[in-house]
Amino acid sequence: MKTKVPAVDGWFTMAEEPALLASRGAETGSYFFPKNLAFSRNPAAPTEELAEVELSRRGRVWSWTTNHYQPPSPYVAPDPFVPYTVLAVELVEEQMIVLGPLVADADPETLSVGTEVELTLGTLYEDDDHEYVVWQWKPVVA
Amino acid sequence: MTTDLDIAVLGVGMHPWGKWGRNFVEYGVVAAQAALADAQVDWRDVQLVCGADTMRNGYPGYVAGATFAKALGWQGAQVSSSYAACASGVTALATARAQILAGLVDVAMVIGADTTPKGFLAPNAGERGDDPDWLRFRLLGATNPTYFGLYARRRMELFGATQDDFAAVKVKNAKHGFENPNARFRKEVTLEDVNASPVVSDPLRLLEICATSDGAAAMIVCSMDYAKAHGIADPVRVTGVSTVTPSFPNTLIDLPNFSTDSAYGVPLPDHGYRESIALAAYEQAGLGPEDLDLAEVYDLSTALELDWCEAIGLCKEGEAEKLVRDGETTIGGRVPVNPSGGLACFGEAVPAQAIAQVCEVTWHLRGQAGARQVEGARVGLTINQGLFGHGSCVIVRK
Repeated sequence: MKTKVPAVDGWFTMAEEPALLASRGAETGSYFFPKNLAFSRNPAAPTEELAEVELSRRGRVWSWTTNHYQPPSPYVAPDPFVPYTVLAVELVEEQMIVLGPLVADADPETLSVGTEVELTLGTLYEDDDHEYVVWQWKPVVA
Repeated sequence: MTTDLDIAVLGVGMHPWGKWGRNFVEYGVVAAQAALADAQVDWRDVQLVCGADTMRNGYPGYVAGATFAKALGWQGAQVSSSYAACASGVTALATARAQILAGLVDVAMVIGADTTPKGFLAPNAGERGDDPDWLRFRLLGATNPTYFGLYARRRMELFGATQDDFAAVKVKNAKHGFENPNARFRKEVTLEDVNASPVVSDPLRLLEICATSDGAAAMIVCSMDYAKAHGIADPVRVTGVSTVTPSFPNTLIDLPNFSTDSAYGVPLPDHGYRESIALAAYEQAGLGPEDLDLAEVYDLSTALELDWCEAIGLCKEGEAEKLVRDGETTIGGRVPVNPSGGLACFGEAVPAQAIAQVCEVTWHLRGQAGARQVEGARVGLTINQGLFGHGSCVIVRK
């Protein structure tokens, strides 16, 4: 059994119901993803305190695209290469758009602007001992 | 209208775009010599060299200003080098303009050249886990065309754009560039050709996404007084230059970012980022979209040209497909867009491209654009955007 590890540290939780990790300004309430606790990028409050928060696990599709060509390194592509879909997802509460891959078993043909999606984790690539996981968006089935 | 912010374009020159397999410095020297000859200025009289940097050619590329000053023969000019991704050329022009308007120098060279690798532009090598440009490839496979695909799909969903609408942009630009001696791809294409090319980032196909090219462009710019003393009473003038960054919150999902800014609890800016780039230049020039006779916009993809047409105010949001369908952006139409053939016919030579856009407009304003001439052109606009938040817009007038 391979150990599941995040493909990048500190960007999302590994819980059963995973969430993206962001920072949030104490004064403005602005969200920042990826998380940055060192400084606020809201110009109205550059010195505000920042705390780690989880972003909403559900959002609505803003747009999507399926890539049919293998990207260059550092993307680790399966052999043979498999086309993959990238979503731009609008988070209502945070009022921001976050990118993420579509889960591999979902059909992009079923998507439209406004489709509700939920955050999950999926395998990005593997080595002999580890399965490196990344956040993915999964359509919510009503 | 303010004219005290004008500088004169005395000369322009290019090295043709292509995949020539030579060092970028060679291309730059060809473009520089062409611009000097066009300006009838001796290189030894140039007082400032503003280079646009390339990231893919080692140290000489990071210090492009000095690299070209040395290649042309040291003569003691002041130097600056700028990096702003696709906007580098206009950042270099903005530096030249500021020094000229401040009275520090009278005549300057603006120059950019590149030799590019084959295929997708990739991030710099190495394990760089704190570089968003590296991480977007690693974690998401978010190539540049991924973002173009997102914008294109959004237009289909919101405005009912079709793949034929996008392909029509390529057909138009291929027609425009067919007779441009500096263009790399000089072949007319049909809707069928575009739709038969392989899908890259759905809905965009290979013929709808710009390639990367080798190429170089240079300009000789000077004060209005210097132009007059040089015997040019009515030169083409740069009358507005915008290099603005976004305003918080930037709500456009932009290369190479993982997210937009959060608009939580803050009012949205009056204009989106792309619009704000053009507005800053219009404001300086005291001109508006209704004054334009032509525009060179950054068609990294066919669909992105439509986004730019709206951003510079040629039509309302969602109406650019109709603009193309009606032939308004074709040479002979109301405001020809990318009469050079655009990136569709050039492919991108990053540090040279924004300068090349201004060279093209200059030729039209002088009536020297040959078979692709926009008749009677007096005002032109160039616009692009460099990743990480670099606006680039120039308004040129006769």
